[in-house]
Amino acid sequence: MKEFEPKIIAFCCHYCALAAADVAGKMGLQYAPNIRIIRVLCTGKVEIPHLLKALESGADGVVVIGCKFGECYFREGNFRSAKKLERAQSLIQEAGLEPERLLFDFVPGPGAKKFADILNGMTEKVRSLGPNPSVN
Amino acid sequence: MIVGERKPFSEIMSMVEDFSKILIVGCGSCVTICMAGGEEEVTILGSQLRLAFQKNKKDVEVEEAMALRQCDDEYMNEPALIEKVKKADIVISMACGVGVQHANAFFNRIVQDKPIKVIPGLNTTFMGANLDVGIWEERCVGCGDCVLEKTGGICPITRCAKSLLNGPCGGSSNGKCEINKDTECAWHLIVERLEALGELDRIKPVEMYKDWRSSHDGGPRKIIREDMRI
Repeated sequence: MKEFEPKIIAFCCHYCALAAADVAGKMGLQYAPNIRIIRVLCTGKVEIPHLLKALESGADGVVVIGCKFGECYFREGNFRSAKKLERAQSLIQEAGLEPERLLFDFVPGPGAKKFADILNGMTEKVRSLGPNPSVN
Repeated sequence: MIVGERKPFSEIMSMVEDFSKILIVGCGSCVTICMAGGEEEVTILGSQLRLAFQKNKKDVEVEEAMALRQCDDEYMNEPALIEKVKKADIVISMACGVGVQHANAFFNRIVQDKPIKVIPGLNTTFMGANLDVGIWEERCVGCGDCVLEKTGGICPITRCAKSLLNGPCGGSSNGKCEINKDTECAWHLIVERLEALGELDRIKPVEMYKDWRSSHDGGPRKIIREDMRI
């Protein structure tokens, strides 16, 4: 049987995570090919319905990567995002899904290594959880 | 505004699990502002229900719709909304208790060929003000006989735990109420405000007992404005 390959959506902040993705590319750093990146101007704009819709539409996991706390370009967007993600985790848990399918993390702009680590870690985590039970 | 809070998911699920076509209708007024039953909350509940049904391999259709104000016929009579209601087996109204009841009456008046079951998605909590982002507090109980002109604009009926008309009581300590250290003593606030206004004499006369007949008593209260009737 073919090994389960999770589909993971990564909402990436333009000012840090996307820059880190760029640096990762330039450094030739490899990360899991399971990731679909969606660029956002600030993670604060990733609303709870976006996270739930991603799972509904077939994603097995969703990761939101923003700036370090205190370093948000829009001051508090990452704090908002972390709180929203926490609420979304409890909402999907109520619906019978594992809260670990959603993750918030942060990288500094040039943090290519951390960026790759987050995505690889999330891919492994979701692989161990198995396919999204609401889709497959 | 009327402030509400969404019912727990398990409670909503237990009300709808036996139906196969569910419609969630949000309300664009008070409950949108207090972030309990607006468009975003309708989307969230819709996603939650779909995720839960799909996980349990149940083939259930979950539709979403909005009404600008569920407590008013004028804003409910939208053909697209009525069409969705006709197709549904059950309607979850995300409005306050007023909206749920009005939607129930309205949909059953408009849709003649089958009875429409309307259930609440929220618990209506109180009439309150938005104190800060994500914080609401009760400010009016709708007693029907406003006394705010005598009490410096602070309502003792709502905000005093005992609804005293002559306060403060002995439970007031450092401006807080004895029921809870986080609850301000309404009468402490009233005295401070009247003092600042130079109207402290207002609380000298003993206020007689309140005529509660204007409050919730003897069935639903009703207002008829003859000048607006034809």
